[in-house]
Amino acid sequence: MFTVQIVDGQWKDAVFACDGQESLLDAARKQGIKISFGCRGGGCGMCKVKVQAGRFERGVSSKAVLPDEERVLNYTLACKTYPRSNLCVSMEAGDT
Amino acid sequence: MMGIMRIGRAQLRVMDLDTAVDYYTNVIGLDVVGQEAGKVYLKAWDEWDHHSLILQQADSPGLDHFAFKVEKEDDLSEFEKKVEQFGCTLKRISKGARLGEGEAIRFELPTGHQVELYSEIEQLGTKVGVLNPHPWPDGLRGIAPHRLDHVLLTGEDVKTVTRFFTEALGLYQSEQVLSVDGEDMVGSFMYAANGKPHDVAFIKGPDKKLHHAAFYVEHWYDVLKAADILSKHDVTVEITPTRHAMTRGQTVYFFDPSGNRNEAFASGYITYPDFPTITWTEDKIMHGIFYHRRMLIEESYMKALT
Ligand code: FES
Ligand SMILES: [Fe+2]
Repeated sequence: MFTVQIVDGQWKDAVFACDGQESLLDAARKQGIKISFGCRGGGCGMCKVKVQAGRFERGVSSKAVLPDEERVLNYTLACKTYPRSNLCVSMEAGDT
Repeated sequence: MMGIMRIGRAQLRVMDLDTAVDYYTNVIGLDVVGQEAGKVYLKAWDEWDHHSLILQQADSPGLDHFAFKVEKEDDLSEFEKKVEQFGCTLKRISKGARLGEGEAIRFELPTGHQVELYSEIEQLGTKVGVLNPHPWPDGLRGIAPHRLDHVLLTGEDVKTVTRFFTEALGLYQSEQVLSVDGEDMVGSFMYAANGKPHDVAFIKGPDKKLHHAAFYVEHWYDVLKAADILSKHDVTVEITPTRHAMTRGQTVYFFDPSGNRNEAFASGYITYPDFPTITWTEDKIMHGIFYHRRMLIEESYMKALT
């Protein structure tokens, strides 16, 4: 089980658990942390966040809403993000 | 000239073809009718033509193009003139460019979407056939809609795209949404003279985007049943079954595995070219879309586009 900490915005300092099987989005919402979302399929971009620290795996994500330039900066779609270590996540950076 | 009969197909971009095919066959319940590199062709059980949906492997979701079927091959050259007169650039797609299809013309809408018109397409028929048919065949899977019904797209200039469809392509407008001062058109529903309340619709938003692709089911109960099937398959349901005042249809909205929004749409009124266009004012738009809640139920409904 990994720990995910939100570093800014409405949910600043909130901490939740994610086992790495479940997406960051699903784990957060189950624990009452409302990351906005739409499709839950990596297509609409509504759940975009930025990982400030930690490792994760990324499922298939649209290049239109998450281009390569953003991927290298660790922007990611919460619905397609699977932690591989504890994470620090910025929600505000995702509101591009 | 005979003109456009209906929306005949949509080509959707998907990010994982196998996952998409599994969803569109087992959850939506279409049948695979053919494939080629990076593309799978499907049809609904009640459609006669070779295909109505093409899934295309791509690195982002969305609508590659959609197409209307015209009654006569000669109509294509007539439409070619009208489309060019309107100022849209156009090209011919040669016969056999896609499975089962004849020649087509392709052009870009004022909203940036790609549209084709075609007449010739192979007919595969349906399992119930044309002779003393049963009302439906055995072995249906999933939601099992009758047909691809309509697409709803977003664009900056809804007024001009409406003028293009009504003046150059001969479609009719069933309903429109106007800004409260009456100056701007922010929603538009259009149909070929086939009785349907819409074959294509637009709401004001970014150009080139897909809001949803809709499949037709018969009754209100089928919408409820569709929602049951979606939950059973853990599909993301955005808007649970409700009523549109616009078109009077019943609806459930959900997302395919790549994030393209789908709708199972039932009933809706029958309309004819001599009927007046219904007008909604923008302040009542949510009464029109979600008649019971009369408000934006989910922020994603206006924001999640592909
Ligand atoms: S919710 Fe649509 S990309 Fe994550
Ligand atoms: Fe619709």
